[in-house]
Amino acid sequence: MSAPPVVDTTVAPPPPGGGWRGKLMTARAGWLGAFLVVLVVAALAPFFLGASYQLPLFTKYLCYAIIGVGIGLAWGQGGMLTLGQGLFVGLGGYAMGMYLKLHDAGPGKVPDFMNWSGVEKLPAFWEPFRSPVVALVAVIAAPIIVATLLGLLVFRQRVRGAYFAILTQALAAAFVILLVGQQGYTGGTNGLTNFSSFFGIDTYADNGRRELYYITAAVLLVIFLLLRLVVLSRFGRLLLAIRDGEDRVRFLGYDPTIIKTIAFAISAVTAAVGGALIVPVVGIINPGMLDIVPSIELVIAVAVGGRYSLIGAIVGAIVVNWAKSTFSDNYPSAWTYFQGALFIGVIAFLPRGLSGLFWSVRDNVPWLARRLGVWPPRRAPGADGAPPPEAGAVLIPGQGAAEAKEAV
Amino acid sequence: MNGFLNQLPIGLSIAAVLLMSSLGLTFTFGQMGVINMAHGEFIMVGAYTAYMLQSWAGHEAVIAALPVAFLVAGLFGVILERTLIRRFYGRPLDTLLLTWGVSLILQQLVRDLIDNRGVQVVAPGWLIGGATVDGIRIPYNRVFIFALAVVCLVAIWFYMSQTPAGRRMRAVMQNRELAACSAVRTDRVDQLTFFIGSGLAGVAGVGLALVGTISPTLGQRYIVDAFLVVVVGGLGQLRGALIAAFALGLLNSYSEFWTNSSLAKVIVFVAIVAFLQARPQGLFQLRSRALT
Repeated sequence: MSAPPVVDTTVAPPPPGGGWRGKLMTARAGWLGAFLVVLVVAALAPFFLGASYQLPLFTKYLCYAIIGVGIGLAWGQGGMLTLGQGLFVGLGGYAMGMYLKLHDAGPGKVPDFMNWSGVEKLPAFWEPFRSPVVALVAVIAAPIIVATLLGLLVFRQRVRGAYFAILTQALAAAFVILLVGQQGYTGGTNGLTNFSSFFGIDTYADNGRRELYYITAAVLLVIFLLLRLVVLSRFGRLLLAIRDGEDRVRFLGYDPTIIKTIAFAISAVTAAVGGALIVPVVGIINPGMLDIVPSIELVIAVAVGGRYSLIGAIVGAIVVNWAKSTFSDNYPSAWTYFQGALFIGVIAFLPRGLSGLFWSVRDNVPWLARRLGVWPPRRAPGADGAPPPEAGAVLIPGQGAAEAKEAV
Repeated sequence: MNGFLNQLPIGLSIAAVLLMSSLGLTFTFGQMGVINMAHGEFIMVGAYTAYMLQSWAGHEAVIAALPVAFLVAGLFGVILERTLIRRFYGRPLDTLLLTWGVSLILQQLVRDLIDNRGVQVVAPGWLIGGATVDGIRIPYNRVFIFALAVVCLVAIWFYMSQTPAGRRMRAVMQNRELAACSAVRTDRVDQLTFFIGSGLAGVAGVGLALVGTISPTLGQRYIVDAFLVVVVGGLGQLRGALIAAFALGLLNSYSEFWTNSSLAKVIVFVAIVAFLQARPQGLFQLRSRALT
């Protein structure tokens, strides 16, 4: 498998000739244009999606996209395959759900499901969640604490690759069993449900659904831009370097443990934020949404979109979850086969996902066009007959060609 | 005290199943660097083989099911290895996701072709019931599973340490290139390892069929625990797998007994992370000068 190209941050110089066109047509213009189009479409989406059914579904896909970006950072950039994102989704989701539940129950009362299982006094760890501030802080802080603890303990001992993946998976499984077992405190298999409102937004009204959509989309946008900054920063470079050769980075004097732990914690927080937003959108959080199967589905969605690209992670999460909710209800059996084939096909034939497909199409279209005898009009003088830059070459600026080494 | 001792046969039989299912994993992971998530489905294949054989030939067929399940599951393993996995040697993370897809397909096949819900294998008459020694109840089917695991372990030990094929297997595990240079046909060895490992999972499946309902997701319940055994025991280590399987099986069953079942997995997980602080490579490891 070819390693992905490093994102080139240098802006290409404007083509000679200058003038207004030179200023406008930079290498980034296409991306900026596409970005603006997506923003406009996203802003208008509530007006042409049905508010009762389609819009909440789409909002749910956006929540998965938030989780997916975090996986993209940890797995694609850092080489840490986390199969236990369900744990962090759950931490965020349950923190939010506990607050909403207590808000509905009213001061001094216990949530309805506790009455059913005979718990009359509110458990001590629920009490702080009466305050919305505590709940929001918990959504951010709880995953950071758990991920940092696990990361420091595990990465310090150089437990990595498949070992790390298995451990995260076991952690998610243990978390789910704990949730199911503590029926009286967590709602058991049913989880937390029946919320009437979300910070004053009526989640059952059309208007409330639109507001939820805008909140989710804005959070996704902010998280995407923040993580982009992380990826493009020196920290992001180091993370990539660790993915491709952890020991070399260690020999250079960096401590991979800290860097990997931070990246893992960031991905945990994004998962928790996504989880917290899913709660009002779908109106429920339960262990079935966090088990190892949904957790690995999150990962494969990122793989479909392209694990090495944050945009790919978003696209993948939206596309795969859209396909799942469209087909899995009507054709449950066929969907499972398709899902299995998706795992195999993406890993075997499209390791860089849809975004990799996009790049190879873009790089190969001029070549194909020439083969077919179609010559694109030349814009920049001096580019006569020069071959296009090597497709997919991995260049780390200042270090020459990197080896194509699989992150184990 | 009686409660404590009564828990022992259960813990030991859980450990025995863990051991049988992790033996195959530890060798495929250690020798070929692949994570086979479909391994759990080989357990399921074994269990359903017992079920099919029983519905065709009657109750006593369970004993005959042992070698048949070994062959059937082993065959599944070889097919998987030949068609998919061998293209991904040394890329554990990719094989993990890839074989997860395979396991989804296998589960759905069973749902569509055999039964959507669980099915029951009836143990032969002489396995039903149990003996009571000093007030401790020892169910016969648990004893049977334990004996099965011992037989499997001894057979594998004999194969690895006493036969030429086992010597080749150890050679490939320790240094693939050097083994290939010494005229060991490594792809043949890989195939055989995969066959034996998957076959053992099938035998474990027959054992499981004797103690409970079998369902298409049977394997998924055991695969994570089996991998934890590999992580704790060390790659490709028979001794490691043995000790780790019994440690985890007993720890699991006793923490269920003393606290409650929902906390048991958390306790086991914390114990494993704590253990990895002392021995990050597992109990035993191949000595090597390689950096990673």
